[in-house]
Amino acid sequence: MADLSPILPDTDDIVIRVRGLLTRFGDQVIHDSLDLDVRRGEIIGIVGGSGTGKSVLMRAIIGLQTPAEGEITILGQDARTGTTADAKDLRRRWGVLFQEGALFSSLTVAENIQVPMREFLALPEALMAELAGYKVAMVGLPAEAGPKYPSELSGGMKKRAGLARALSLDPQLLFLDEPTAGLDPISAAAFDELIKVLKETLGLTVFLITHDLDTLHAICDRVAVIGDKKVLAVGTIAELLSFDHVWVHEYFAGPRGRAAHSGAPKPMKAA
Amino acid sequence: MGAASFEQVSGPGTAQRLAVSGRLTIAHIADVIEPLRAIEPNGSALAIDLAGVERIDTAGAWLIHRLVATWTAAGVPAAVENASEDARRLIAEVGSNDIAVAMRPSRGSAITTRFASIGSAVVAMTDNIGSFLAFLGHTMVVLGQTLIGRRPLRWNAVIHQCESIGVNALGIVGLLLFLVGIVVAQQGAVQLRAFGAEVFVVNLIGRSIMRELGILLTAIMVAGRSASAFAAQIGSMKLNQEIDALATIGMSPIEVLVVPRVLAMGLMLLLLGFYGAVMAVIGGGLFCWFALDIPPITFVQRLQEVTPLSDMIIGLIKAPVFGIIIAMMGCFQGMQVTGNAESVGTRTTRAVVESIFVVIVLDAFFAVFFSALGYN
Repeated sequence: MADLSPILPDTDDIVIRVRGLLTRFGDQVIHDSLDLDVRRGEIIGIVGGSGTGKSVLMRAIIGLQTPAEGEITILGQDARTGTTADAKDLRRRWGVLFQEGALFSSLTVAENIQVPMREFLALPEALMAELAGYKVAMVGLPAEAGPKYPSELSGGMKKRAGLARALSLDPQLLFLDEPTAGLDPISAAAFDELIKVLKETLGLTVFLITHDLDTLHAICDRVAVIGDKKVLAVGTIAELLSFDHVWVHEYFAGPRGRAAHSGAPKPMKAA
Repeated sequence: MGAASFEQVSGPGTAQRLAVSGRLTIAHIADVIEPLRAIEPNGSALAIDLAGVERIDTAGAWLIHRLVATWTAAGVPAAVENASEDARRLIAEVGSNDIAVAMRPSRGSAITTRFASIGSAVVAMTDNIGSFLAFLGHTMVVLGQTLIGRRPLRWNAVIHQCESIGVNALGIVGLLLFLVGIVVAQQGAVQLRAFGAEVFVVNLIGRSIMRELGILLTAIMVAGRSASAFAAQIGSMKLNQEIDALATIGMSPIEVLVVPRVLAMGLMLLLLGFYGAVMAVIGGGLFCWFALDIPPITFVQRLQEVTPLSDMIIGLIKAPVFGIIIAMMGCFQGMQVTGNAESVGTRTTRAVVESIFVVIVLDAFFAVFFSALGYN
């Protein structure tokens, strides 16, 4: 049986390292001594039942949520300590897509995409306009979407625009919170393909929270299952199928899991 | 190593060559953007050698793509050479997404835009008045049906609103009016002392507070506290589609949300207005006692003599009217929220500003009206 431990050997090139994470809201403990390692250049899928703290884990990693205990290192840095300049530099190297897109409502889509460029770099206006145009097209939005305000967009379009903003500075690390939820199957498949191309060409590391079994099968190198306040197991879907846990088994071997499995091109090999 | 750079290996001739090296990434391309764009297509074919490129991202790929595209468009062949597999793929990916995108919605000329904005402001204002009248009518109908028993009155909601509008405001309203009472007494005393008529401070306090200031200041305070709360609560419910959900379940949003607030506000402002007036009189009375040596017993006696009962009744008649209008303005602005969270903010501001404005205008009408009836 494969090793499904969330802790990888130190010889691997690790970009996100979480050790002994404890988060709680009041008396409610969300994570208790949670460990997780993410390798450079992989797409790791995070799954778990509703309310198991997938989004909270992401918020803890990107420093929006202060854990009660534990250590989190990203790209060799602790997101919470270090100087202001270090913290800013770290933020330049990751992109985050929130569930609802979290676009700035007073700016157009194109301006939203330019926000990180304006904040961190001094690029000529013309180039920024071209880059924003390219990002709009890249995430599959029509050119008319560029000058629109977020309130004029549908849910799926907001997500794409949010992704375009997350990719604005070509980050090394991409955090996606349910990127394909609420998209039609064709758009969702195109979204998966886009993430894959970006990962392969830019060497992106992707931290992907999803419930979409098709996405898991299509693009994830490894899948981490969260439950019982910990990461229960990390491995390829094929490996997880043999993992002895009721929830994991039902998730991947249930009717939907089997359907997605039979539709997938072929099971991914461990990286 | 380091930032991106390029060198023109061979200039115009039969074959031109451009060798790009370094990190062709968004953080390191600043120096090469302008020079690369400045290379104009001329005569012979261009080869762009990417052998020296250490890293490339979409921004770098875009620059290369842009250069190739400009030359090709001018009819001069240009090609990328010695690019790594990833760079080639990235440039192709970037190239397949080459579209022009406007940054902002397009606008017409300055003059027509100005006229258009004036016109739309007038239309919006008229529309707003119309919508408010419709809302007022709708609320009145539902309120009437509730009072004659054709619709249920949601007692829980009314009591809950009474608590948040009235009970929770006791502290701040009491303190505010207490201080105002002291200020009126103090300022009055300074002026009246010149005539040796300090004792008339009691008249000033009794009449101005009971008839005008007590209820007016309470109403302004409550408008700031509760009209904004109503607009924000109902507005965020609107954004969250809770109002739509109520309607589809078959519960009238006016009946569930507006009527309890209007009734609670009418009742609570009546009580708060009276309480506020009493606090102000206490404040004034204490000032008279400590600063002017008018003992409380004398103060109360004189207050009874100089303040007619009609003053207090006039004050209290106004209270529920103010309350109902404040509640309606707040709920109306909440119902007008559309689109995004920003609109909750603007509507909340408007709820406060407009309800205070209407309260003061109505107060002026009441003043003229009661004077005309002979209550001076």
